Order: sequence, then C-alpha cells, then structure tokens
Amino acid sequence: MGADPDGAPVGRRVVLGLLGLGALGVVAGSKVQQGLSELLAPIQLRDPTGFTSLVPLGNTWRYYSVTGAVAPRDATSYALKVSGLVERPTTYALADLEALPQLSFTDTFQCVTGWHVPDVPWTGVRLSDLLDRAAPTDAAVGVRMRSFDGVYSVNMTLDQARADDVVVALAMYGKPVTHDHGGPVRIYSGSMYGYKSTKWLSEIEVTATNDPGYWEDRGYPLDGFIGE
Amino acid sequence: MSESLDRFAPAERLVHRLVAILMGICLVTAVILYNGSIMMAVGHRHLVETVHVWSGLALPVPMIAGALSAAYRSDVRRLNRFTPADWRWLRSRSRRDGAIRVGKFNAGQKVNSWLVAGSTGVLLGTGVVMYWTGLVRLSWRSGATFVHDWSALGLGLLVLGHIAYAVRDPEARRGMRTGRVSSRWARAEHAAWAEELQGGAREVLPPSP
Repeated sequence: MGADPDGAPVGRRVVLGLLGLGALGVVAGSKVQQGLSELLAPIQLRDPTGFTSLVPLGNTWRYYSVTGAVAPRDATSYALKVSGLVERPTTYALADLEALPQLSFTDTFQCVTGWHVPDVPWTGVRLSDLLDRAAPTDAAVGVRMRSFDGVYSVNMTLDQARADDVVVALAMYGKPVTHDHGGPVRIYSGSMYGYKSTKWLSEIEVTATNDPGYWEDRGYPLDGFIGE
Repeated sequence: MSESLDRFAPAERLVHRLVAILMGICLVTAVILYNGSIMMAVGHRHLVETVHVWSGLALPVPMIAGALSAAYRSDVRRLNRFTPADWRWLRSRSRRDGAIRVGKFNAGQKVNSWLVAGSTGVLLGTGVVMYWTGLVRLSWRSGATFVHDWSALGLGLLVLGHIAYAVRDPEARRGMRTGRVSSRWARAEHAAWAEELQGGAREVLPPSP
C-alpha cells in the first residue's frame, strides 16, 4: 500500500454517520413521519401546485397496479358477480350495490411494506351481507376476490371475509372510489394489509379451499393481518 | 498534440459504467414505483419492483469489487481524506480560479462520493427490510420506508447534479470514457495532481504491486 494521502478520514466518518442516521430513522422514522404528516396535512389539502405529492412528506397514498393500464368502468359498464359454492349466485350492478345498507367507518390503510394512510373514511356494503344474501353451501371454506384488471385476485377464509370491517367499498372520503383507488368498487379490509383489499373488484367467488392469491403466490402471508 | 495523463484505470471505468447502469435502472424504476400517475400508466408493479430490487441489490457489488484494483483503492483513499484546503475550497466563491490547488479530486467530488456511498448503504439496508417483510416489525418497516424515500430523493438529486457537472465538462467525461485527460485540463482543474504526475513527484505515489 502507498502512503495515505494528506488529511483526515472525513469520508469514512460521513459514510458511517449516514448509516447510523439511516438505522435511527428506521427505528424512529414512523413517529417522525406521523409528526410531519399532522403538521403538513392542512398544507397538502390546499396545495394547488401538487408539489407536496412529489416529495415523501407525510403519509401519502401510493397507487399500485399489477398489470398494464386498466380500462375504467362506470355505472353502466360495472358489474359484480357473486359466484361459486352458493345457493343464489347473483350479479350486482353498481346501483344494486348502492341500494343495499351501507356501513361507514374511519380506518387506516396499511401497506405491508410499511407506508400507511391514517383516518380514511370508508363507506360500503359489508361483505358478510353479500355472502349472506348468496347463502354459501356447507362445502364453502374460502372466498376469492377477483379484479377486472384481469390479473389480480386475493383470498380470505369465509370467516375472515365475514368480519365487521370487511366492506365492498363504494366511497372513500365521502366520494365515489376513484379509478386510481380501485373504483368504482373495491374491497377494504381494516384488519389486514392493503394487498388483501382488492382494487377494481369484479367477482367474489366462494370456494372449497383457501388458495393463495396474487401477492400470496409471491411470498406475502396467506392471512395478511396487520402486525404479523 | 498536447500531452495527456492517465486519470482512471480500466477497472475504475468499468466500475463507473456498471454503477451508472444499475443506478439509472434503480432511479427510473423508483420514479415509477413512487409516483401514482406514472405507476397507473405503466402498471406491472411486480415486474418493476423485481427489477428495482435486484438492481438495487447488485448496485454495491461493483462498488465493492472495485477494491480488487489497486488504482480504485488508491482513489478511494484520496476521496476519503479531507484537508484544510478542501474546507477552504468548499467555502470559496472563486474556487474554480485555481488559487486553491486541487488534488486528483476536488472537495465537491469528495463530498459527493461520501454521500453517494452512504446513501447507497442506507437504501440497501432499508430496501432489504421493506422487501423481505418478515425481517422486522411493522413500525420499523414504516420507518424504513420513510428513510428509503428521503434517501432516494437525495441520491437522485446528487446523481442529477453529477450529470449536470459532467455535461459542462467534456474533458472530464473523456477522462472517464478513455481513462486519459489533457495535461492542460489537469493543470487547470487539478493542479496539485498534475504536478504529482508531471513534476517529478512520481516516487511519492509508487504504483502498488
């Protein structure tokens, strides 16, 4: 080795310092994010430039799609099929779903990778209501939710699907669910990670097994409860 | 034709090229994954994510494998060391006039290299935690996402700045492309280094075995 160049090894200190800061941020970042988010929420709501959506300030939505561009559906083209091991297979138009009793509540959307959006107002038909109307047979074990993107699907057990906080959501923030959020109709499951909340919902099939869906096939837990 | 000087060894140029390709893939896929409108237009989240994750895991490999080259190790040692003259250069408004004699790397290049190395490490660690979701608890994954986002934004800006300086300096680009630079450029931009090579100072830094 040649002689070291002149000067103090500042580079090494900065690199180690950044790694330390990064580790600290992993442990404390969730709280910092929370604080930033509360501080900035009023600004973000009134930001005409859209700048705040470009930088990772606060708890912002991230929009996922596992296939190419998804053709939007509206009240005229939308239909939800309830099928499989049920006594009364049914197809609902958007207006049919809107005519059913609606449940409204506020809950966090939590992604398995870590990001989350707190206090989202949801409105929709309880999935258990739809299942009751269809009357699953004795052989029914699982529920498969499919997306009209043509690719995505996710599973729940029949019991999980009947939980109080699983809705076929028609509105978020008091407005119809937008296309980017998986509208006009999507699943929202409050106790589970976001990958369980199928966007662009087109079919609910009651099945004899609880088979893994799109992300479960790619390594995410079959149950997907938050905190696990 | 004016005399030219050896600036970067083939191994260093290869590392630079590989890092540039992987960094470019990481940043482009990062923008797709992060921005909602672009994600919705591109879609195919799993494919984009897989490309992003594996390019990111591969990114430090050439950076570390470069240590097999003596020239690379020698340059890393130069980048690591910061002198009082470097501090003066950073604070000076007329830093480009040559009054402060610059070695092989100026203070700005040194700071850039530290920040790139450090943030690459941070992005690697936080990325691993976000991708293999069973490794740490949820609140740490949220923290990792927070750190990953901000580090990526910072690193993206560093890379853009790096490219902007390169665009303005064809001779610096030639140095990285061919390995050689004109001695005139070296004397203007890196006077102390040019003197080291030309001014009979070769014995100060003997080639490593």
